[in-house]
Amino acid sequence: MSLEEYKGVYVFAQQVDNVLNGISFELIGKGKDLAKDLNTEVTAILIGSNIKNLADELGEYGADKVIVVDDPELKEYRTEPYAHALASVIEKYKPEVLLVGATAIGRDLGPRVSARIHTGLTADCTQLEIGDFPINPIPGKETKHNQLLMTRPAFGGNTIATIACPDFRPQMATVRPGVMQKLPKEAGRKAQVEEFNPGFTPNDKYVEILEVVKAVSDTVDIMDAKILVSGGRGVGSPENFKILDELAEAIGGTVSCSRAVVDAGWKPKELQVGQTGKTVRPNVYFAIGISGAIQHLAGMEESDLIIAINKDDTAPIFDVADYGIVGDLNKIVPELTKKLKEELANK
Amino acid sequence: MKVVVCIKQVPDTKGGVKFNPDGTLDRAAMMTIMNPDDKAGLEAALRLKDQYGAEVTVLTMGLPKAEDVLREALAMGADKGILVTDRVLGGADTWATSQTLAGALRNIDYDLIITGRQAIDGDTAQVGPQISEHLGIPVISYAQNLKIEGDSVIVERQYDDRYHVLKAKMPCLITALSELNEPRYMTPGGIFDAFKAEITVWGRADLKDVDDSNLGLKGSPTQIAKASDKVRKGAGEKVTPNDPAEAVDYIVGKLKEKHII
Repeated sequence: MSLEEYKGVYVFAQQVDNVLNGISFELIGKGKDLAKDLNTEVTAILIGSNIKNLADELGEYGADKVIVVDDPELKEYRTEPYAHALASVIEKYKPEVLLVGATAIGRDLGPRVSARIHTGLTADCTQLEIGDFPINPIPGKETKHNQLLMTRPAFGGNTIATIACPDFRPQMATVRPGVMQKLPKEAGRKAQVEEFNPGFTPNDKYVEILEVVKAVSDTVDIMDAKILVSGGRGVGSPENFKILDELAEAIGGTVSCSRAVVDAGWKPKELQVGQTGKTVRPNVYFAIGISGAIQHLAGMEESDLIIAINKDDTAPIFDVADYGIVGDLNKIVPELTKKLKEELANK
Repeated sequence: MKVVVCIKQVPDTKGGVKFNPDGTLDRAAMMTIMNPDDKAGLEAALRLKDQYGAEVTVLTMGLPKAEDVLREALAMGADKGILVTDRVLGGADTWATSQTLAGALRNIDYDLIITGRQAIDGDTAQVGPQISEHLGIPVISYAQNLKIEGDSVIVERQYDDRYHVLKAKMPCLITALSELNEPRYMTPGGIFDAFKAEITVWGRADLKDVDDSNLGLKGSPTQIAKASDKVRKGAGEKVTPNDPAEAVDYIVGKLKEKHII
């Protein structure tokens, strides 16, 4: 392949039920940074059925161009028709960089597409920048400029690696939700919209959807919370989470939890912080009765301020906490709630 | 029916993570295990064996010592183990790994391929879907339930706020979540037999329809620019108050200092 033919930063604009996922705007935001360094534009790829109306919103969040693939086969997400749509866009438009959200959909679609078009894919990136590869010149090896350098945690967050894809295009990455910043919405800003349909012919790879079961949930998305009051096994029982609910209410926060709590059936999976749950970075993270397994730390250690309460003074959570309090959560948390109510009432 | 389960030997991060004094990971102190998602995939296959008499083959790629993880699978009840090991396969990224495994799978008769969703060392979740693409078969990732109906599999596929009940015609590939089931233990008889069992060992020459340019470090589109053990930001203050009131004053003081309240 001639690498020079590949131009532009493209992002997969994920939508479900005609609603754009927040990751779409985050990818545009990050894409704009990269496009600036590469002196190019950001194009959003919008795939679905009857979704043209979403193009305007992508423009308002910074997309310069939107390619719309609209077809009845794309109504609900299925790997094959979506992979065909995305791979066809790549073949026609030849992007230099392609970003996909590291969501349940993106992490299914990304690998299938990268395998189809033969390029590299770096999973679950938390940092993206344009730079040289190799980063420091190596005698006898060509230094390539303007490469996408993709940084990601591995080993449950214990190691970090920066990956490049110097000889194949597009340079593809899935990007962890909640890490990149979206741009402020600019009302009325328009993107150039272009429609493209590669044609869809169902085959054995088009799996049949027998049923769509939506989980009914009225909980706040913990990824959007500014203050999280997070409980672990140390809280002791589902009933005892009441003291965390009260603290969260007093300080205007949201309750989240560790994996142990979900495994015990005390709280639903969507409240789980950690490697197999959600990555959060609130302004304040209270870790209450959470020992701090490495998989948990991977999901919350980027929080601005971490306050840990645990009776075990050797708990690993204290290794990442800004303020650690060794003590009994059953006594401290209700007192804290009371005091905070007084403080806030006096304001 | 014939089921192939792709499994990986990984360092154990659960509970056993050890740090050096400088905050980096002490790999030498860690044990190896069968990757948890893969073990759930194996359990799913063994249930198909219990239910339908499926023949279960376990396939792994790795260093010669990865044979251990195949023996563990045999002791749990798998029928056959295949180890793909060759120096030229080393340093593979997910593209080259999936090419290698696809090359091995082309030599195996299968109706269903099961892989774990992701390995706990790399966390990419890419190899399963990439294998399916190379073999030209459907993939259903994040399976949380699985049953067979005629020549099709019916799988519950998990998303953020919903699940789909999907039907795919076999042959197909599914990737398993560790939430799928509770894997069984090895049996004493199984362990005894597994030690005596013959493991099939394949090298580069045994892979079918794969070009050298797609294998190992040289065949990997992604390259590592920089890798480091992550140095954590480090502990802040830790206090042990005499009573709850002192603890509360401390926390409230800090929240005020940081202008949270």
